[in-house]
Amino acid sequence: MDIRLSGVSHFYDQTEVLRDISIEIPSGQIVCIVGPSGCGKSTLLRLIGGLERPSAGDILQIGTPPANCLNPLTYIFQDFALLPWRTVRGNISLVLEDHDIRGKDADDIIRDVLARTKLSDFAEALPKQLSGGMKQRVAIARALAVNPAVMLMDEPLSALDSQTRELLMDDLVNLWTRTPFTAVYVTHNLAEAVRLGHSIVVMSRRPGEIREIVKLDTPLDQRGLGDAEMEEKQKYLWQLMREEAQAADAELIHV
Amino acid sequence: MSDPLNTGEIRTVPFRGGGFAPVSIRWIGLVVFVTLLVLAEIGTQTGFITPLTLPKPSDVLKTFGELYSSGLLWKHLSVSLSRLIVGAALGASVGIAVGVMIGLFSYVRAGLVPLVAALFPIPKIALLPLFVIWFGIDEGSKYALIAFGTFTPTVVATYGAVDNVDRGLIRMGQSFNLSWWSIVRKIVLPGAMPGILSGLRISLAIAIILLVAAEMLGAEYGIGAYILEAGSLYDLERLFAGVTILSILGVTLSICIGMIERRLLRWRV
Repeated sequence: MDIRLSGVSHFYDQTEVLRDISIEIPSGQIVCIVGPSGCGKSTLLRLIGGLERPSAGDILQIGTPPANCLNPLTYIFQDFALLPWRTVRGNISLVLEDHDIRGKDADDIIRDVLARTKLSDFAEALPKQLSGGMKQRVAIARALAVNPAVMLMDEPLSALDSQTRELLMDDLVNLWTRTPFTAVYVTHNLAEAVRLGHSIVVMSRRPGEIREIVKLDTPLDQRGLGDAEMEEKQKYLWQLMREEAQAADAELIHV
Repeated sequence: MSDPLNTGEIRTVPFRGGGFAPVSIRWIGLVVFVTLLVLAEIGTQTGFITPLTLPKPSDVLKTFGELYSSGLLWKHLSVSLSRLIVGAALGASVGIAVGVMIGLFSYVRAGLVPLVAALFPIPKIALLPLFVIWFGIDEGSKYALIAFGTFTPTVVATYGAVDNVDRGLIRMGQSFNLSWWSIVRKIVLPGAMPGILSGLRISLAIAIILLVAAEMLGAEYGIGAYILEAGSLYDLERLFAGVTILSILGVTLSICIGMIERRLLRWRV
């Protein structure tokens, strides 16, 4: 299933936050969205997933989601959004219960996604017992459990320390290499974008417009840490964003 | 100018981070309690405190023993407990239901929040004669008074707790297409539980206070009736025996809620 945004604009009251955004999200690819803070990238993600309605323009699903897909558009949140009163297993079964998947079927799915996120030993742990990185892996496992057609990731690694972030990026690359998934990945971290993105959408400051779409052809599993080409791309992205970020930063002072 | 590091006296950096972190020390409470009792006993025995001011704690204990051995204790306690349980259960359950509705629906909120604010400051005791007319002089009016008294604080605590449920978790539920009822049952209610339980602590204390008030009219048995009778006869030993029972009741209820909290809120950080 592909997603197409054509001419999407959005207003909060009188404030224009997004202007004429058109992007293709082809299936099996990760599209990263980067931009200065307050450029409306998280808003864009909420629009894509149907948590908000755009003021203008269309957001289209092209093709049908796979047959065993329970929730085509599935989010992974920056703050993990795990229920603290449920165990790891309970948090995953939460999203299966409403589809009447219980008992053995649920157990099979949960065992599979926990194995894929390397959490098999922690099924009965409560969120408060887990580190930030583990919590986000639980959230990823929960998203995988509903077999999403598109994953919508809202700064999923921003709440983690830099070492954990590296580890989780590796995990995401491994997950994608084994079974390619479609994802929109919003971040302000350029290193994450060049590591995970097949294409990188660079947005301007508010009102958010597309500055440029950068394509990266190197396969995900060959993009190592400190790779020269990646460094080059990252430097290029930073040049694109630098002015915008500076202007966005100064803007807040004037408000 | 030269080498300022090596001159002057040498001291340890003073520690300034102490205090402001109270921990509970179990036996101190008991020591304070026992000390006060012993002081009262000594005071009344020596005549420093006149019998009109305070009864001897030992006499109160004796009265309590008589009450127990005559079987009257259980008779008073059982009627009072049933009034308390029925009234408080009614008030708290309706209160939680209304509180959750206020937390979830804009129209219910707009309609009921001012009403609850208007009902809250009414001293419920003042309404006892009215309740006697409405619900009858026997158990009905007592249940109503206790229920009404527990209802308002429960409503306020509950809708505050529902308001405080993490919106991010609710949005997560919506993003996974959970049904409205699933979100309420699995996200809103457990999320509001800490607030509801701490509201219940207050509500139940109020229920005990109102128990005595409810037994002012048309009650032959009951702890409240026992205390009021002792008061009007100026029988201080019996008055204090009754008050002690209420205190023990309050402590017991508080311990019960503490146990429920520990069980239901194990997930809290």
